[in-house]
Amino acid sequence: MSLLPEGTKAPEFTLSLAPDQKVSLADCRGRNTVLVFYPADWSPVCGDQLAVYNELLPLFRGHDAEIVAISVDSVWCHAAFARDRKIHFPLLADFEPKGAVAKAYGAYRDQDGFAERALFVIDPAGIIRWSYLSPLGVNPGADVILDALQSLKAKV
Amino acid sequence: MAQLRVPITSTDHAIGSPDAPLVLVEYGDYQCPFCGAAQLVVKQLLIDLRSNLLFVFRNFPLAEVHPFAFPAAAAAEAAGLQSHFWPMHDRLFENQHLLDPGSLLDHARALRLNTARFLTDAQSPNVQRRIAADMEGGARSGVNGTPTFFANGVRVDGGYAYENLAAALTGLRV
Repeated sequence: MSLLPEGTKAPEFTLSLAPDQKVSLADCRGRNTVLVFYPADWSPVCGDQLAVYNELLPLFRGHDAEIVAISVDSVWCHAAFARDRKIHFPLLADFEPKGAVAKAYGAYRDQDGFAERALFVIDPAGIIRWSYLSPLGVNPGADVILDALQSLKAKV
Repeated sequence: MAQLRVPITSTDHAIGSPDAPLVLVEYGDYQCPFCGAAQLVVKQLLIDLRSNLLFVFRNFPLAEVHPFAFPAAAAAEAAGLQSHFWPMHDRLFENQHLLDPGSLLDHARALRLNTARFLTDAQSPNVQRRIAADMEGGARSGVNGTPTFFANGVRVDGGYAYENLAAALTGLRV
């Protein structure tokens, strides 16, 4: 499975943010969206990918971008994880049918049923402007995303 | 391959000669237990590589998960303004369970700092800005957690074990 490339229209989705709340990609129109697919909540290291993005939200917002993260975990799992790690961006549950959104973006791992560590920048019109698949076991930092947002701004 | 994008300058906290052939930069958080463990590895590398190694420490407090990380970073910076950065740095990593505001003041007293100045400096905009600038530079360079090390300007992936850092620095398997 390979990631949807730059220039593709981002597949629409509606996923649960909380037991009684859903979020659609359409809700993100008008700003840049950084879509972060990640394997699972409760990564065993404290300084993990999402914790770093969480600290750097002002930098992303400086590029008129919001972070939205997706894994195959359920809403209850996400709620507990977000509370524990004090995460200030949405964690969406790609839970039922499992991994359907990850599959639509080419970011699903058939071999183990997790989402890849994959990053997408979607522009305000809903077009994928950048995508990145992190090598297995390497946590992508924020630099690749900030570079992508920077070059997007340069092109406008 | 992520690269260090903020060059080392005279304002960095550094141990060793600026002309040393091997350069290790750490982005760390005083409340992160992995950084505490990595501190022992750094100490050993400084002993083994002697004058061949320049070590630089920059702040990357993960304040949302570690409530004392930012005040601890500010305490080290404030101690630095009284020429005691490294003694405070070592003390904080050796006492990661004692990073609350009262303990930070105790550390300053133990190092015989001017505590009134220490408290003022720790809260000062200059110190806050410096920590924020460290974080932004780290973000720009690909810091992906704590600790993140850069060996001779390149991010070290695969952990902070002695063998991994030494190999990344020297290009040799040890």
